[in-house]
Amino acid sequence: MLSKRIIPCLDVREGRTTKGIKFKQNVDIGDPVEMGRLYYEEGADEIVFYDITASNERRDIMIDVVSRVAGEIFIPFSVGGGIRTLEDMRRVLLAGTEKVSVNSAAIKDPDIISSGAEAFGSQCIVLGMDVKRVNPSATIPTGYEMVINGGRTYTGIDALKWAKKAEGLGAGEICLNSIDADGTQDGYELTLTALISENVNIPVIASGGAGNIDHIHEVLTRGRADAALVASIIHYETYSIREIKESLHARGVKVRMTW
Amino acid sequence: MIAIIDYKAGNLKSVERALNRLGFPCGITHDKKEILSSERIVFPGVGAAGKAIDDLRHLGLDLVLRQAIEAGKPVLGICLGAQIILDKSEENNTPCLGLIRGEVKLFPSPLVSAEGERLKIPHMGWNGLNVIRRHPVLEGVMPSDEFYFVHSYYPMPASDQFVIGTTEYGIGIPSVIGNRNLIATQFHLEKSGVPGLRILKNFCDWDGQTC
Repeated sequence: MLSKRIIPCLDVREGRTTKGIKFKQNVDIGDPVEMGRLYYEEGADEIVFYDITASNERRDIMIDVVSRVAGEIFIPFSVGGGIRTLEDMRRVLLAGTEKVSVNSAAIKDPDIISSGAEAFGSQCIVLGMDVKRVNPSATIPTGYEMVINGGRTYTGIDALKWAKKAEGLGAGEICLNSIDADGTQDGYELTLTALISENVNIPVIASGGAGNIDHIHEVLTRGRADAALVASIIHYETYSIREIKESLHARGVKVRMTW
Repeated sequence: MIAIIDYKAGNLKSVERALNRLGFPCGITHDKKEILSSERIVFPGVGAAGKAIDDLRHLGLDLVLRQAIEAGKPVLGICLGAQIILDKSEENNTPCLGLIRGEVKLFPSPLVSAEGERLKIPHMGWNGLNVIRRHPVLEGVMPSDEFYFVHSYYPMPASDQFVIGTTEYGIGIPSVIGNRNLIATQFHLEKSGVPGLRILKNFCDWDGQTC
């Protein structure tokens, strides 16, 4: 049977790994190439880099980082952040990733999902979703709204409606980030995760809020997630990936235990 | 040299990087002479069967591949390269290369696990491998090893004699198939960590004979 995946996520700015809280402050926590290799050796099932470089001119640094990481890790590797065009996708894929994630650019122009899937295959295209809880309304029936700009801008798009639309356009996977939970270490948004995961046929990676192993266990079971994104709890060595997997395995969650 | 067949089908560089890491000289090529003079061939691929077959035919590489296999050269198919070697695919009813008898099938829907849980299609992520037939390329595979899969279609050879390993995902699917000097894995062994690299290394050391 398929294993649930544990996926470290590194926020990279101008060639260094940083970690922000609710997208606000950022602190330098290390060399992304070194950290990528370390997580690969520790049993990560996949690695995600998120480019938070502010200016377009500095993006070449990211391409260089991506190609150096790709020579070191032999598991799926995905990059997101600042992907706006097919050419952006091509550059990242050619630098050595298997997947690219699109987020706000897809909200502004959903066709980038279908053209990306057509050019590179659906398996390459991850839809990044930033979601905030709101009062349910006629436009947002689920009470979960798509947001952009790190949660500062509301789009008026219902999260579930968007997930289904993106699946129809050819997205191969969803990386679902709760802005409310992100950086809190209080646990993933279980209701949101289950809502999306149960209503699409593509895998859902839960993101935002992991503070301990119970949280990861919850989102992979009650939250119906196919994978859990982890950041702070491994970057600050609260747990190693091996400890997370051993604990999940002991509780009956199927995870990959040899690597 | 190991020839990685270039027919514009996906991430060939990850295969090249894995072979570089293992220390085997390789090149990404669609040059017929280079492919036929190589020591062995890796035949990767992602995407749709129809387009892959069209691109291969357009470059004349379907015939080259057949010629290389008939000459006894070890050939490794990966992912789509494990599908389009069969006679045909249910993916838009595409006629394929017919290097192994059988067809490529779509996962049935709805798909449920033995525990009754709904399974998503594509089959994406890490899953096990049951080796059902000893093969030099699968030497050293441990029962707990897992491999990375991304696919909605799977190869179904016409005879069990071509099935070397299977994987459970709602149904049992052939995940390693082969015939004589041809072997193919549905999973991405270049993206399956150390267990995947071990199979790739075995392939690079393989003389094309089965046990």
